[in-house]
Amino acid sequence: MSSHATAPVDPNNVVLWDYEDHGHDFIGTRSIGFWLYMMSDAMIFAGLFAAHGVYVHNFAGSFTANEVIHPINALWPTLFIFTSVLIYGFGMVALKKGSRSGVINALLLSFILGVGFLLMEYREFSELAAMGAVPQVSGFLSDFWVIVLTHAAHVFFGLIWMAVMIVQIMTNGFTQNNVYRLINLKLFWHFQAIIWVCVFTFVYLMGGI
Amino acid sequence: MLVDLQGPWSPIFGRLGLLLDVHYNNPVIFFAFQLVVVGGALLAFWLTCTNRWKWLWKDWLTTVDHKKLGIMYILVGLVMMFRGFSDAIMIRTQQAMAVGPDSPGILGAAHGYLPPYHFDQVFTAHGMIMILLAVTPILVGFMNIIMPIQIGARDMAYPYLNALGLWLTVVAAALVMIALFVGDFSHAGWVGLTPLTELPYSPGVGVDYYIWSIQLGSIGTTLGAVNLIATIIKMRAPGMTWGRLPIFTWTTLASNIIALTSFPVLGVALGLLTFDRYVGTHFFTADLGGNLMMYTNLFWIWGHPEVYFVVIPAFGFLSEIIPTFSEKPLFGYITMVLASMAIALVSWTVWLHHFFTMGASPGVNSYFSIATMLVGIPTGVKVFNWAFTMYRGRLRFPTPMLWALGSLFLLITGGMTGMMLSVPAINYLVHNSVFVIAHFHNMFLLIAYASFGAVAFWWPKVFGFRLDEKLGKLFFWLFTAGTLLVFIPMYTLGFMGMTRRLDYVAHTSWQPLLLLEMLGIALYTLSVLAFVAQLAVSIRDREKNRVTGSDAWETSRSVEWMTHTPPPFYNFAVTPVIHDRDEWAWRREHGLTSLVPDRYLDIHMPKNTAVPLIIGMLTLFFGFAMVWRIWWLAAASLIAIIVVMIIRSFDKDTDYIIPAAEVEKMEQEILSRAAGATGDTADAPIGGGAGGAYASRHAPSQSRKDT
Ligand code: HEM
Ligand SMILES: [Cu+2]
Repeated sequence: MSSHATAPVDPNNVVLWDYEDHGHDFIGTRSIGFWLYMMSDAMIFAGLFAAHGVYVHNFAGSFTANEVIHPINALWPTLFIFTSVLIYGFGMVALKKGSRSGVINALLLSFILGVGFLLMEYREFSELAAMGAVPQVSGFLSDFWVIVLTHAAHVFFGLIWMAVMIVQIMTNGFTQNNVYRLINLKLFWHFQAIIWVCVFTFVYLMGGI
Repeated sequence: MLVDLQGPWSPIFGRLGLLLDVHYNNPVIFFAFQLVVVGGALLAFWLTCTNRWKWLWKDWLTTVDHKKLGIMYILVGLVMMFRGFSDAIMIRTQQAMAVGPDSPGILGAAHGYLPPYHFDQVFTAHGMIMILLAVTPILVGFMNIIMPIQIGARDMAYPYLNALGLWLTVVAAALVMIALFVGDFSHAGWVGLTPLTELPYSPGVGVDYYIWSIQLGSIGTTLGAVNLIATIIKMRAPGMTWGRLPIFTWTTLASNIIALTSFPVLGVALGLLTFDRYVGTHFFTADLGGNLMMYTNLFWIWGHPEVYFVVIPAFGFLSEIIPTFSEKPLFGYITMVLASMAIALVSWTVWLHHFFTMGASPGVNSYFSIATMLVGIPTGVKVFNWAFTMYRGRLRFPTPMLWALGSLFLLITGGMTGMMLSVPAINYLVHNSVFVIAHFHNMFLLIAYASFGAVAFWWPKVFGFRLDEKLGKLFFWLFTAGTLLVFIPMYTLGFMGMTRRLDYVAHTSWQPLLLLEMLGIALYTLSVLAFVAQLAVSIRDREKNRVTGSDAWETSRSVEWMTHTPPPFYNFAVTPVIHDRDEWAWRREHGLTSLVPDRYLDIHMPKNTAVPLIIGMLTLFFGFAMVWRIWWLAAASLIAIIVVMIIRSFDKDTDYIIPAAEVEKMEQEILSRAAGATGDTADAPIGGGAGGAYASRHAPSQSRKDT
């Protein structure tokens, strides 16, 4: 155990205080916190997917999974959210180049595609509601609605954030604050796409067969 | 979409109409109400008389200083602990009174003085408050105060988020306190038994209070975890490598990894329950494809890690206190770190031991039984490490050490009974008996002991004066006598077959033991008085008990003892460089105890802000509105929260710089005050001097003063 250092120390020659103010890495500190937050968000979905495993066959004599789930229909929103993420990625390239208009255009496009994603989900779920396949009908439907709409809620807040970023970049440009927020929003947006992959696989593909 | 409700509902007032049917004729609640109103009025009166509102606002309510936030966390925890303790007294008196068919009943109860519905609310509130609103905030408070100084940081990674976490915890506490007077509280146990918590079985607002206060409070805890982990990763002083992190910091890390990953699962469990109650989904109902054991699973996937979330920091306290008063480095540092992490990991794999009796297959029960027993291994490692730290140490026994030793004994007994419970065959016999209650109280008392030890240990650091030792020891012994008298009979009653949550006790032969517990709780009450007296006397005599050096115990080992006592708001005038695992002990051994750097630098600090407080207030409105289903208010406050956050994100003016000259002035003031206190003003250590006031009595002879 090295805690009792017995090696002689020259008291006049040790550095006791740190005089170079390293000015800690602001953006790095901000991103690590966001990664940590996403860990907790991932646990929310982990809990929901674990629950999904339990409810997936609890139809209670009502609609079965392949009556309400159409993987092909879900393909369109998938394409939308993936394109949105791709375009956001282009925005980050523009950020590297320092192009303000590049970033704003990418964010705008990404935003519009995100809105498209939500509109398509809105249509899908209003059709389900019209059919009477509402969450109050069975454990399975409760689970289906909640899992998909929890993801949709994340997308919704991502969109609000994106809108705020557009305004902030237009007014303030690439300040330190804006850059770290863009990076964190990138993490968030990619993360929602990844969760959507899980939703698509575990809920739509496996439920549709 | 929304469910049909029993009773009145109006678009403007939601379900508040329910209150019209309630008659406040219960003297118990009336007494509590008077206590709160009179207490609040007195506080407001005092603040006005001494002209302290501005001070309160500027120094506390809008602060982002981690030490002050930590102190407020602990205050909230202590207040709620007092509330939970009052509930405990009520439970004990009811059980002591309501024994046998001939026992009389008053205040509308058939036996005792609490009708079943009220009794059930009392134990639910007691459990929920003690775990989530007393122990948790106290521990988080310590992590906030001590950990950043321990790693040589000037601040935390996210001071603003930290304040938000505090205010959300306050919101949770406030909701529970409001539930006491406006409406009622859940009656379904602190675990929220489904389907009892479903709307048809609990049509009132009690369960909603329970759901929203836990939900909002646990968001606060999760935010706090993000901040604490990021601080440990990013804000360490130069030289503070992972291998040199103090053990309390390690346990903070382990514990917050648990918090970060487990609280969201609780959020899911409660969220799904919320959907069941508000929109009529079928997650945990008994019909239409619901699965009520799913709630129990999700709840305990959080619940078991949560008990380790609270116990691991307590282990951290012990690992700081015991070496200090053994005057030796901690034995087995590496194994201590590994054990903390192992416990954090294994705690995730054992949740099902809380319902061995669910009817799972023998294979499932065996798996969880063995996994549970595995926890004993790292815990055992820790106990041996502490024992070997004391072995051949120069032991002293001031109050923190007494609490630490008491804590060790409790850990051993609680661990043993836990092992007994982890055997499914035994568990079938004692599940839901008061034996289980005794087990987990034993474990939580360990945490209480370690925390009281931590209070006594770090109090002089945080406030600059010592706590009265005599009253502290009185507090310890009264509390210990109470513990023995309450919990030994409780274990015994468990063996005798007494089940938990009884508002009426059928067996008259149990009464003697119940009366013994009553005596125990009376001793606990005296111990609370001793604690309050200790605080009052210590504050009165604070000048006499002022700490002169930076190290109140003179044999402390880690970095927090290396800054002034009490620490200035910027913690360290200049960031220290770390050379050793026990840096302060190392400096002391090499005579490097001067706290005066050669020169000063500008310091970058975050500005105070009222935004976290405002968001907290809005969240309280939101929670209250959701409980009473006042949709417009809920929507308005939610939108307001988002708007406030957006506005704050436009604020560019969140930091400021303290110029080096000003730092120097403040430092010299602190140093000359310290020198003045010891009377050797001539030796006032200004500008790179030897720092006589700061050389400790236990320092070996080669202290710089002599060279
Ligand atoms: C070696 C360590 C431990 C073991 C083997 C163990 C085992 C168990 C088992 C098997 C149960 C379930 C009893 C039942 O309901 O039938 C239980 C309950 C409980 N334990 Fe532990 N435990 C340990 C440590 C802890 C710690 C450190 C804490 C808290 C800090 C704790 C708090 C609780 C609580 C709160 C309950 C009961 C919850 C309830 O039903 O309301 N345990 N323990
Ligand atoms: Cu457990």
